[in-house]
Amino acid sequence: MSIATPTFDTHGPEAGARSEDYLWTLNFGPQHPATHTTLRLVLKLDGERVVDAMPEMGYLHSGFEKIGEHLTFNQYVTVTDRMNYISPMANNVAWHHAVETLLGIQLTPRCTYIRTIIAELARISDHLLSNGAVGLDTGAFTFFLYGFYQREVIYDIFETLCGARFTTSYTRVGGVSHDFTPLVIEKIRAFIRTFPKTLDDMERLLTRNRIFVDRTKGVGLLSKEEATNGSASGPVARASGVTRDLRKDEPYLAYGDLDFQVCCASAGDCYSRYLVRMQEMRESLKLVAQALENLPSGEVNVSIDQRVARPTKQQVYSSIEGTISHFELSMANRGFEVPYEESYAAIEAPNGELGFYIVGDGTENAYRARCRPPSVPHFALFPQLIRGHTLSDVVAVLGSLNIIAAELDR
Amino acid sequence: MAVMPSGSGGRIELPENVVVSRLDALANWCRKNSLWPMPFSTACCGIELMATGAAKHDLARFGAEVFRFSPRQCDLMIVAGRVVMKMLPVLQRIWQQMHEPKWCISMGACASTGGVFDTYAVVQGIDRFIPVDMYVPGCPPRPEQLIQAIIDLQDKIQREGTITGREFDTVGRQLRKRALVEITGHAAIDASRNPVLQRELAAAAEAITSRT
Amino acid sequence: MPFTPPSVDDVLAGLTDRFGTLDASVYRGQTRVVVPADLSFDALAWLKERGFDLLVDVTCVDYLEYRDAKHRYGLVYLLASTTTNQRLTVRVFVDDPDPTVRSVVSLWAGANWLEREVWDLFGIRFTGHPDLRRLVMPEEFTAHPLRKDYPLQGRGERHNFPVITRDHS
Repeated sequence: MSIATPTFDTHGPEAGARSEDYLWTLNFGPQHPATHTTLRLVLKLDGERVVDAMPEMGYLHSGFEKIGEHLTFNQYVTVTDRMNYISPMANNVAWHHAVETLLGIQLTPRCTYIRTIIAELARISDHLLSNGAVGLDTGAFTFFLYGFYQREVIYDIFETLCGARFTTSYTRVGGVSHDFTPLVIEKIRAFIRTFPKTLDDMERLLTRNRIFVDRTKGVGLLSKEEATNGSASGPVARASGVTRDLRKDEPYLAYGDLDFQVCCASAGDCYSRYLVRMQEMRESLKLVAQALENLPSGEVNVSIDQRVARPTKQQVYSSIEGTISHFELSMANRGFEVPYEESYAAIEAPNGELGFYIVGDGTENAYRARCRPPSVPHFALFPQLIRGHTLSDVVAVLGSLNIIAAELDR
Repeated sequence: MAVMPSGSGGRIELPENVVVSRLDALANWCRKNSLWPMPFSTACCGIELMATGAAKHDLARFGAEVFRFSPRQCDLMIVAGRVVMKMLPVLQRIWQQMHEPKWCISMGACASTGGVFDTYAVVQGIDRFIPVDMYVPGCPPRPEQLIQAIIDLQDKIQREGTITGREFDTVGRQLRKRALVEITGHAAIDASRNPVLQRELAAAAEAITSRT
Repeated sequence: MPFTPPSVDDVLAGLTDRFGTLDASVYRGQTRVVVPADLSFDALAWLKERGFDLLVDVTCVDYLEYRDAKHRYGLVYLLASTTTNQRLTVRVFVDDPDPTVRSVVSLWAGANWLEREVWDLFGIRFTGHPDLRRLVMPEEFTAHPLRKDYPLQGRGERHNFPVITRDHS
């Protein structure tokens, strides 16, 4: 394995010795506990100091985009579940947001609110795990267990909502698969009540913990210019002072109606990325609470006249429109009117800007389903974050970037 | 464990605190209750694997919670998630680094069959390339399912295990799962530079002719 | 008086003044502009100076089986501005046998991996790229899998590995 032309500063400890003589190469991953998934790094080390790093990806490349050309718009949602597997709901929302942008479908108000709620719950569960992983890698195991317990509560909400705790496949073109039931609302309410206390506990465990602060403060610095130049987005960019948040900048779903703040920091180190994520969980909880209290009544899927969302069983059996609509949607090439056009639409996923570039070709399958993954630019930034730090900082930086291999490689 | 009643038939008198058993059974009993898993987690199933070890499901209750990330310390590999072309050589290498006796659980649909990913990059089931003892269905399986698989594996070890590892001689069982039949029919595969592949191809061709 | 940023239409007018008549269209509020392949770098550099400082994505579409397609490959540069939040899509069309376009890594460091991915999956060569290697597929892989003439299940590469049995290990 060769490092791509590394440039080293000339600081030989002895006159006449080349600095390269003191370097050694360490292979890190692709199967390593601190990468959490399948990332690989080739590190050039001078003693314990990292001189250069070459990240490598592709150890989980499964052809998601190719498979998107062979599945219909409704089927492909199952594959998006497996894309960023620590927040599948956000991927579901992103995919159908992009499809509906292409097809020009206007959602019902209730649906936009429901999607907002589940996307924010997904954000909370993502941040719990990513911050938990930072804690785990820097030695705070209890913090991780606290986070994972709350993730189980969110899993439970999702399971009540759609039957699957993990790979939810919840959204549909023009709607969602199941409407909120009173039990779901009750469970979310209970979560809103109990979660802040756990969040406080978690903050008390780690935010002012000397060991954790020493391990993360000033480590993995990313300046605002580097973040923009390197296409960073999401909490990574916001921790460096980029104020971009698609929820505010291009309000989609119900975000325009709701009151929340964009969390930013200016230091750009691992610690501020941790802080941004912690604060975003509180804002997300605020969003969930507001959206749940203002949840509009009425139909959740778009009207059956539009023939995009599958009608309910009740509609199929009791109305002629429902029967026709169901029949047409079940037949090949009778369903949606897909234009020969292409469009891009993105949402602010927990990890950053998650967008889909979809090319329509008249059929129900996308001609091209490009996913713009937030993790790729972040992982490409890794060498410049780690240069000059020690080997033990590698795991802290990796954890704070929250790179998900399935989304990275697709 | 088979215990011989003391004093029966005028044989050797044993004190009451001595239990007689087969050596195999003793070894199996030790092995099954000290499984050290090596989590080879690549994708979504890895998160469920983490959930299995975390607070709510608590794998420690079943004696297999000592996750070690060094293959040399482990005797159970849990392959959680899809394995793709670039990853398979890594998987094989890690499997070979583990010490005998060793077992493998293929967790989830992707590891077992390729799952929904019938694409150019995904290996359609790791059992084509490494031995597998236990398959867990589901996409991803719930933690309860994984726990059940581990309990079943413990059962299997207790029932089938031998101290010399005779139960691992399974050439015939492996042969019929080989992917090589699929390869032999295809001209795109160039085996000229791969001696291992050449050997495998010859063996597979021989197996096919001997069967017909 | 508050600062009013130039609209996307103004930017497009400026782009046309600078680079000649360009084909632009709007769909669902998204402005797309087609730039000739030999001008793509200059046009993107010009746009970066005009405030489109964030390169959201670089990707490609293979129009082999597309209705009325004039070119084989269509590159997509998704640009955005972090100050005005405007978006602009730049399209560059290239063709076989040697699809080549100039790399924009010198403008945006983030383009590095995105261009490598396009090279890997589509086989578009980026001239001036510092390190144009495969990104997601193994080094020894020969095809470009997202091209439309490559089958979904591949050509058997996924099973081209030695088999390890219980006897080997």
